Amino acid sequence: MAHHEVLSPLPGTFYRRPAPDADVFAKEGATVKAGDVIGLVEVMKQFSEVQADVGGKVVRFLVENEDAVEPGQPLVVIETA
Amino acid sequence: MPIRRLLVANRGEIAVRVLRAARELGLQTVAVHSDADRESLAVKMADIVVPIGPPQAAKSYLNVDALMKAALDSGADAVHPGYGFLSENAAFAEKVEAAGLTFVGPTPEAIRIMGNKSLARATAAKAGVPCVPGSDGVVDSVDQAVDCAGKIGWPIMIKASAGGGGRGIRVAHNADELRSQMTTAQAEAQAAFGDKSVYLERFIRRARHVEVQVLGDGRNAVHCFERECSLQRRRQKILEEAPSPALSAQTRTRLCESAVQLAKSVGYRGAGTLEYLYDDESREFFFIEMNTRIQVEHPITEMITGVDLVREMIRIAGGEPLRFKQSDIVMRGAAIECRINAEDPEKNFMPSPGKVHEVILPGGPGVRVDSMLYPGYTVPPWYDSLLAKLVVHAEDRPSAIARMRRALRELHIDGVKTTRGLHLRLMDDPRFQAADFDTNALEGWLAERAPAPATTTSP
Repeated sequence: MAHHEVLSPLPGTFYRRPAPDADVFAKEGATVKAGDVIGLVEVMKQFSEVQADVGGKVVRFLVENEDAVEPGQPLVVIETA
Repeated sequence: MPIRRLLVANRGEIAVRVLRAARELGLQTVAVHSDADRESLAVKMADIVVPIGPPQAAKSYLNVDALMKAALDSGADAVHPGYGFLSENAAFAEKVEAAGLTFVGPTPEAIRIMGNKSLARATAAKAGVPCVPGSDGVVDSVDQAVDCAGKIGWPIMIKASAGGGGRGIRVAHNADELRSQMTTAQAEAQAAFGDKSVYLERFIRRARHVEVQVLGDGRNAVHCFERECSLQRRRQKILEEAPSPALSAQTRTRLCESAVQLAKSVGYRGAGTLEYLYDDESREFFFIEMNTRIQVEHPITEMITGVDLVREMIRIAGGEPLRFKQSDIVMRGAAIECRINAEDPEKNFMPSPGKVHEVILPGGPGVRVDSMLYPGYTVPPWYDSLLAKLVVHAEDRPSAIARMRRALRELHIDGVKTTRGLHLRLMDDPRFQAADFDTNALEGWLAERAPAPATTTSP
């Protein structure tokens, strides 16, 4: 068991949902595969997908929806098998 | 009423552009800024500076109450909205006028009519301006669709009424295809949008985006010829030129005159742009919509006509009549604009905000740069990525391309990634040089070069 942090690729605003009234991309406790989308970062009016770079269980998010994030900032902790 | 003190309700390069025009008219200038734009060039240039809120546009540049307060507190007697943000918000224009100030733009009513797609289309049709042929509203049955398509002409698009942004569209080339696709299209529309209604529109295989600049004073209107804006990525214009290399002189006259007819029919006041699709195969043009604001790419029109559109907008808003007859407006040579954005074309146009260290802007004959950059400026991540509009003018299109290539090579922006390299490649592309493109061309050219999967999506 190892804990892995997914880092923000860009500076901007972090979103956990594809749209304000939609479900979150990934719930805490859920299992994700590498390549699954776990959130969006909005920068300069463009939305970039943030993908899990490893598979495993989503332990917890380290930032809130709509938080400002910096490049390289840890967003979520994933427990790899 | 003559304007004395103008507030610019915008940011970035267009705020600088409007401030420059106001200065030349001898007006006092007011800049507003969010907390992220304290160090902006517009703030450094203006006579009076008013903070309007946090970095998020929704809380600052889109905040009507904050802008109204800034206008009243600063003693401004007029507001210029620039482009984007509140520039086509009829309620904002109404509030400005209700407060006894001048809105530099059309009447709230004109903004409202042209902002509504079906109203705008009906207004155009009434003025005798051709629109994309289509069914009159929703088509229910297959037989009705086939009958209607026969009148419109093939191929035909089946579009979901509730769709948009290119979603919910199918193309049929003949009655058999239409019969087999109609029910599928309705089912898909129901599944995707919860509404099965569809309508028909002529499908244009090779469409160019050509738009006509108009200026009106509420009674009279003139055109300042057209701009060719087909080179787009994700519906965002990348490069524009004037005039369109695709039009014959005869077509140009008919196109531009149709735009003036529409502007006159609504008593248009200020600067406006009518967007058309131009069908390269049939040489027909069709009105799509009108933008009731100054546009990003207005400088190329200024270069070929010598008309300062922003200055004229302000004069007209101040109550002056149009200073030109149509015959006074003469087109000379060719102009090109390259949008220099803070994006990395090598990494799927990933945004690249941050601190700009060194800036060398090109100059010399026929070169104009509209930009808010200066050495040491930090490009904030909160707004669009436009850093500079590099514009050239020369006696003909080949000379303009050569001049743009020269200017792009002089341009140096250190610290952020930019789209400069993409524009240099375009100048050398034989298809661009031959003006052989439509609205889908640029995405195709980009895909040939870098077949990487898309990772970013525009909302």
